[in-house]
Amino acid sequence: MNSAVASPRGTGTRNTRILGILTIASMAFLALLGLVFSAEDRDQGSSVRIMYVHVPSIWVAYIAFGMTAACSAIYLSSRNRSLIWDRFAGAAGEIGVLFVAVSLVTGSLWGRLSWGTYWVWDARLTSTAFLFITYLGYLAVRRLGGTHRQRARRSAVLALLAILEIPLVHFSVRLWRSLHQEATVATGGTDVHMDGLMLFSLFFGLISFTLLFLWLVIHRQRSLALEDAMENRGLDAAIEARREEAVS
Amino acid sequence: MSTFEQRRRVAFAVARKDLTIEWNSRILVNQVAPFAAIIMVLFAFALDNEGILQRVAPGLVWLATLFSMLVVIQRTFAVESADGALDALRVAGVDPSAIFIGKSLALMVQLFALELLLVGTAVVLYGVEMSLVGFAEAIVTLLTATVGLACVGTLYGGLAAGARGRETLLPLLLLPVVAPVLIGATRATEAAFGSGGAQVSEGWPWILLLAVFAVIFAVVGSVAFGPLVDE
Repeated sequence: MNSAVASPRGTGTRNTRILGILTIASMAFLALLGLVFSAEDRDQGSSVRIMYVHVPSIWVAYIAFGMTAACSAIYLSSRNRSLIWDRFAGAAGEIGVLFVAVSLVTGSLWGRLSWGTYWVWDARLTSTAFLFITYLGYLAVRRLGGTHRQRARRSAVLALLAILEIPLVHFSVRLWRSLHQEATVATGGTDVHMDGLMLFSLFFGLISFTLLFLWLVIHRQRSLALEDAMENRGLDAAIEARREEAVS
Repeated sequence: MSTFEQRRRVAFAVARKDLTIEWNSRILVNQVAPFAAIIMVLFAFALDNEGILQRVAPGLVWLATLFSMLVVIQRTFAVESADGALDALRVAGVDPSAIFIGKSLALMVQLFALELLLVGTAVVLYGVEMSLVGFAEAIVTLLTATVGLACVGTLYGGLAAGARGRETLLPLLLLPVVAPVLIGATRATEAAFGSGGAQVSEGWPWILLLAVFAVIFAVVGSVAFGPLVDE
């Protein structure tokens, strides 16, 4: 982290460059797998290829929000309260929001193609929309201002509250839906048979999106560290300028 | 004097202070209540059909409650942050969980009054009819939902209180969290009103959901309020 702060040219190190090259290569291979090598679905045709982006996106979002919660808990419980945990929580939160958005968009496009509608009031879809809004709120709270310590503590508590809120919302939305109609999506996938290459492509998608997540989260943490350092330095410079004014 | 006794006294003092401010300024009566009533009238304009209004009256009552609640919460923390009163309380070493409970209690009283008004409006304007058991169920629903809403509202209101742009932040933070209350309270009220042919007995499981929500956020709120408002 310190080397990243000192380096003026970017947030990359040798290790992250290797990770980046790996990510790009596996993404390229995933695109080939998804668009060229894997077969069309018997019922859905080519639209099934959306799955190779849709499922890994929500997978990354879950990992990211899990990481936000874990880093927030570590921040609050650790004795020295290192801000690096806060920045990792924030970086993961941002990336999680991005990937929930991707999976909502790809999901509704896929839904339009295979069920003929962009949105159904299914419990899983509704909870995912709530997940999206909740973490938008989390990001808004991170930008409230104040000192870095204030931001860290506020957002850490909020991230832990979100962990409590999401199961409650999911549970009550499921109760709500079960009285109105059967879930159409969640139960539909259980008896689906996938051929070997499709399954492999999906699995490979999960791996390459995880690599992408790691790459992004490390760089974002470092750029957040730079932002924090810049704010600190700006404050010091302002105090210095004010002192000189007072002297002269 | 035990710490529990101390906390109880502080909580009641905070609640009495909030309600006294409210009683003297009459914001709830003069501004929030008319606001809630006009929402109910506007719903009638938007859904211009008596049959539909009767059917969806429970949902409208709770939507109007949520919207007016946002105004009340902003008001209850505006009196704290205007003169740095909350900071002063914290500096004076007052237990944050006692402040939380006190402010929640005051909010409960105000919300309950609002909800009674809104249910009354629904009866008058939308032609809702209730049996005696239905009326009892409606009161229980109001009470349990109010406890949950007040606790969540105080928790997130306190977080947004010290910040710039809190007017826009509070709804974004609060409305997703209270979705379970909207679902549970609407279903329970439907049962109480008998709208859409719902039976009174169908409401009790939903009231249980409301009670679980209230207990969770009362406990979590008293723990998390301190770190959230501490500056």
